[in-house]
Amino acid sequence: MSTPPIIEFDRVNKVYQSGGGPVTALLDVSLSIATGEFIALIGPSGCGKSTLMRLIGDLEQPSSGTVRVKGKTPAQARLDRDYGIVFQAPVLYEWRTVRRNVELPLEIMGRPPAERRERAMSLLRMVGLGDFGDAYPYQLSGGMQQRAAIARALSFEPSILLMDEPFGALDEITRERMQTELLSLWSNATPRPTVIFVTHSIPEAVFLADRVVVMSPRPGRVQRIVLIDLPRPRVFETRESPRFFTLVTEVREALRATENERVGA
Amino acid sequence: MTYSAQGVPGGAPGTLVRRVLPVLGVVATLLLLWEGARLLFGFSEQRLPSLGSIVETMFTRTRGGTGPLLIVQMLANGWATFRVALGGFVIGGLLGFGLAVLFMRLPVLERGLMPYVIGSQTVPILAIAPMVVVGLGRMGAPAWLAKMVVAAYLTFFPVTIGMLRGLRSASPQSLDLMRSYAATPFQYFWKLRFPVSLPYLFTALKIAASAAVIGAIVAELPSGAREGIGVMILNAAQYYNSRPQALYLAILVAGLVGIGFYGLVVLAEHLIVKWRT
Ligand SMILES: Nc1ncnc2c1ncn2[C@@H]1O[C@H](COP(=O)(O)OP(=O)(O)O)[C@@H](O)[C@H]1O
Ligand SMILES: [Mg+2]
Repeated sequence: MSTPPIIEFDRVNKVYQSGGGPVTALLDVSLSIATGEFIALIGPSGCGKSTLMRLIGDLEQPSSGTVRVKGKTPAQARLDRDYGIVFQAPVLYEWRTVRRNVELPLEIMGRPPAERRERAMSLLRMVGLGDFGDAYPYQLSGGMQQRAAIARALSFEPSILLMDEPFGALDEITRERMQTELLSLWSNATPRPTVIFVTHSIPEAVFLADRVVVMSPRPGRVQRIVLIDLPRPRVFETRESPRFFTLVTEVREALRATENERVGA
Repeated sequence: MTYSAQGVPGGAPGTLVRRVLPVLGVVATLLLLWEGARLLFGFSEQRLPSLGSIVETMFTRTRGGTGPLLIVQMLANGWATFRVALGGFVIGGLLGFGLAVLFMRLPVLERGLMPYVIGSQTVPILAIAPMVVVGLGRMGAPAWLAKMVVAAYLTFFPVTIGMLRGLRSASPQSLDLMRSYAATPFQYFWKLRFPVSLPYLFTALKIAASAAVIGAIVAELPSGAREGIGVMILNAAQYYNSRPQALYLAILVAGLVGIGFYGLVVLAEHLIVKWRT
């Protein structure tokens, strides 16, 4: 990679002080992510995936080591509105209509109302919610709410998209459809945002990512990075290709290796 | 619109009937019980006046036959109390809101002042009201303001408690979102904390509505007041032996004012909090 990384972790440790004593969430994590890359973070629950993502977003501070985002501190990157974030729950503001939820970041950034509205409506159409701009969140299904949350995160065209198990609460059918939709949103955006996508679904990670970062159970470390060389655009048939199965197996074994290591330790 | 309109407040036409019918049923039952008790126990008009005599009293003229109908005068008194209650409600509501915001921003102040806020409500309002009305009167404040202050005294407390709770109820992730947008403290407040707290605020305001009416009535009890439900109750109690009906009518008017006030708050809630089913 010739261009400098957009996100860089250098020997990062994160220790939480909790009631039951210190919890090491991340141990000696070093990681470089290139501009425009789609990264999937996978690992058993509690291994520090969310923590890693939150460090990028300046929602948590490292205990030691450094995180750089676009060559800046995460705090500066946040102030520059360099990233959009999507959680497992849609976290729509229930008192706002769907359209005004998508407008929220633009509103905070002081964009003019006409521009906000136009941008929100075009994004809602893109995620298939063109008719639901005036609906309130409770009137939408879980999948539709999550689409709105993705539209909101993309509304201000951030160069980084942080997604923490965004499809984790959806049924399998909706989930696969949303994966395809996300990839098409991502590849149609110019420039393509860099995506950090946290999941604990192996097929999801393989289907979406350029690289799958496999993390070990607590304390979370980067166990292995699996390069996903499936061609793009990824389509329905991608999931049925032999290469897909090979890669799924590879990730699965990397995950199992982390388990064995722990049992053996 | 292609989404379902189900659950949108005020949408179904049957709602009014379904709400009003039970209320009317209860009223009818109470009236039946009232007259039934009179028949069963043989109460005299003085012990428990008949409904007929109460209605009759409503339409007698005041001031020995030269004044307006009693019910008109009573409603005018009810209106006077309502205005005081409303003024006190607004003052107390703003005070409660201000305190809640202050306590949220400065927990030290909350720890220091909350005991006094709670203590203020344990002092009987009957003891406070004359102090306020007489005290403020001596300082040259108009009587209506003194009465509003008493109503406000009962109003601010539920608003402070409810609003403070509401302001603190934004979820961690909704706060994370604001942080990710690098929102200003002002934006955190008006775009997140305040709207989140609205359902809490309205719950508090519903309690405060009745409290404000009680405060206003109590503030009309100290001597010197000329109009209002409080004055009416005192008068009716004084002449209870010769005309007990008036006291029941005064109570009825007090109830109407309280319910009306509560209804206004519910109406405002329906117009503003549209997102809850
Ligand atoms: N705010 C916090 N305070 C204390 N411990 C925390 C906090 N956040 C996360 N942890 C702990 O850190 C570890 C990693 O958490 P997290 O990053 O959420 O894992 P994952 O997203 O992979 O499930 C867990 O053991 C969790 O209990
Ligand atoms: Mg997590």
